Amino acid sequence: MSLGHSAALVAVMAAVTILLRFLPFLIFRADRPIPAYVVYLGHVLPPAIIGMLVIYCLKDTAVTAAPYGLPELVAALSVVALQVWKRNSLLSILSGTVIYMLLVQLVF
Amino acid sequence: MVKAAFFRSVPVMAGYIVLGIGFGILLRDAGYGVAWAFAMSLLIYAGSMQFVGVSLLAGGASLLTAALTTVMVNARHLFYSISMIERYQNAKYKPYLIFALTDETYSILSDGKAPEGADPDRYRMLVSLFDHCWWVTGSVLGSVLGSVIPFSTRGIEFSMTALFLASFTEQWLTTRNHIPALTGLLSTLVCLLLFGPDRFLIPAMLLITLILTLLRGRMHPRKEAVQ
Repeated sequence: MSLGHSAALVAVMAAVTILLRFLPFLIFRADRPIPAYVVYLGHVLPPAIIGMLVIYCLKDTAVTAAPYGLPELVAALSVVALQVWKRNSLLSILSGTVIYMLLVQLVF
Repeated sequence: MVKAAFFRSVPVMAGYIVLGIGFGILLRDAGYGVAWAFAMSLLIYAGSMQFVGVSLLAGGASLLTAALTTVMVNARHLFYSISMIERYQNAKYKPYLIFALTDETYSILSDGKAPEGADPDRYRMLVSLFDHCWWVTGSVLGSVLGSVIPFSTRGIEFSMTALFLASFTEQWLTTRNHIPALTGLLSTLVCLLLFGPDRFLIPAMLLITLILTLLRGRMHPRKEAVQ
């Protein structure tokens, strides 16, 4: 892929992120109520998007050929279990990643 | 005051440096070196989006896909900003405070507290700036270390999956209504099966927004969500 396109992708990601952070300051005022639909989306969209991103991350997992997505499954379950147990995101992320790396490099 | 802001940013420092290193290594593995890590962390400054950005770059995504993906992944920032409208309305350093409003910075500044006698605007600017520095430092470190560490980094891409799985689990544990989370998970899965791994993202975003819009009225979002 061309350098120019990569730079354009980074620019788009930066510009859209900046726009999202500034937009509320441009359209809403402190003394007027925020539209109910916007408040509703603010409540329901974030958890849905995290769910979407979990699937997005696993999109290229090959479940029909060996090792049938087993490293992903084991590592994912350990992240969830650790998070439920310790409630420490950094610990869950680090441990899950190390487990996955060990699995794909040494076991499967 | 610089000291107070520094100590306030320490909990974020560990996370940002570690995740930043992960991002830097991933980006290097995708063929983009230290200048890219520095530029992305300085200018985009949104952790989750940058991880997704690595795969957008590696897959040569279209600009439209990149823009829409950024909107979806970062939509939550709209709501951080909404909740800060009042506080930042006449603040000094306002543009930078808004630019640097990441999840973590929001989480440590949203309580509105500043040390006694300190200028709150300057204090918030400094906390934001420290956090920004940690993130850039971690990314650059990762990019540099990625080329010299003696062991194989194969599999490190799972850090992105782990990041989202941990937030998914955490929000599942802290909310009672799991319909939004399940909507996101299942709609995306259906779209992945229907459209394939290269073109399911935009349909999934549309489907999620549609379903959640249709479900509005059936759900009773708690009012304290945006405050």
